Amino acid sequence: MKKDGNLSVLLNGIIKENPTLVLILGTCPTLATTTNVFGAFGMGVATLAVLICSNILISLLRRVIPDNVRIPCYIVIIAGFVTIVQMLVHAFIPDLYDMLGVYLALIVVNCIILGRAEMFAGKNSVGRSALDGLGMGIGFTLALCSMAAIREVFGAASFAGIAIPALENYKIEFLVKAPGGMLVYGLLIALVGIITAGKAPKKKSFSCAGCPGAHICGSSDCAKGKEEA
Amino acid sequence: MEGFKSLVVILLSSVLVNNYVLARFLGICPFLGVSKKLDQAAGMGISVTAVMLLATLVTWPIQHFILDPFELGYLQTIVFILVIASLVQMLEVILKKFSPALHRGLGVYLPLITTNCAVLGVAINNITDGYNFVESLVSSLGCGLGFLLAMVLFSGMRSRIDETEVPKNFRGVAITLIAASFLSLAFMGLAEIVNNLIG
Repeated sequence: MKKDGNLSVLLNGIIKENPTLVLILGTCPTLATTTNVFGAFGMGVATLAVLICSNILISLLRRVIPDNVRIPCYIVIIAGFVTIVQMLVHAFIPDLYDMLGVYLALIVVNCIILGRAEMFAGKNSVGRSALDGLGMGIGFTLALCSMAAIREVFGAASFAGIAIPALENYKIEFLVKAPGGMLVYGLLIALVGIITAGKAPKKKSFSCAGCPGAHICGSSDCAKGKEEA
Repeated sequence: MEGFKSLVVILLSSVLVNNYVLARFLGICPFLGVSKKLDQAAGMGISVTAVMLLATLVTWPIQHFILDPFELGYLQTIVFILVIASLVQMLEVILKKFSPALHRGLGVYLPLITTNCAVLGVAINNITDGYNFVESLVSSLGCGLGFLLAMVLFSGMRSRIDETEVPKNFRGVAITLIAASFLSLAFMGLAEIVNNLIG
């Protein structure tokens, strides 16, 4: 595999391998927390923090962790950082804590973090892993914010909680409800597909590479789906 | 009788109103990934239901008899994810030993369930909603059944999409999400009906 430069490691996560819009990882928080920009930004930054910390620690420990128990080890490391972030948010930004609710704890099972641990941090040096975490985190935050902006501006006629009077009478309330989230997400993925046509890696399917179960389920339907894709 | 009624309400609302996949966005990955064929979708749905019930069976007592008395509530996330992960592993080993047929049917889905946020979500939500033990079990059952229902319905929609000509840029994930959006819309209507019935 060709070694990319440090800058492209950082930029990969933001555009070419955007975790949400290209790799299709972390769909649950993407759909659930994008009803307003404030929540989406908070979610993005919380994930970014956990991602950088876990990437650095996993990269540091990559020679210590035995290969066959690495997934449980990764999960414990990630869960530790998630707990720290949870406590910090609870203490300093209680509004955000209430808004995100269970989704904050669910960063643990966000496939972006485990996926990056498995795909990148377990194989690369500390500095590059930190850069990768930063890039992926920023990409995730940007995707979340742009989606939240669309949904909040047109669905609730406000931006980050500040009302936009001009749109007051033209709210499309459907957009802030559950189905609207899926619709906007689908449209955004298609849009990114048009923009990056030919340039993005061929990972338009639900990527097995990012799935932490991939090594266990090698012979299962997951692998079959990968071949078909 | 009053207790029974509240259990029915919990069950119905977790299957139809607060459907984990379509209204709360938990467990989207398997919902999109494993819903291509009906038998796979059903297998995944049944496994998730079983693991949800088991996880609640174990995590509820842990929260109330270990974490709460010793004021270790902040360890909830770590403890729950570890319990669920080891539970899934154990279930796989046990199934392999005692029921190879069942293992062949459901075994492939088990490793994927560890990182299914719906399972962890149910375990945590049962605690935050303040359900007692029986209510927690009923709500887990409801969430599992709701997941199964959504998976089975959606696999039907997916097989129809496969037969149609989709614009090039919408192929794959994009059209799948848009289809899921329509299913979610149908469930929103259903939720209103149930809400009116229960009052």
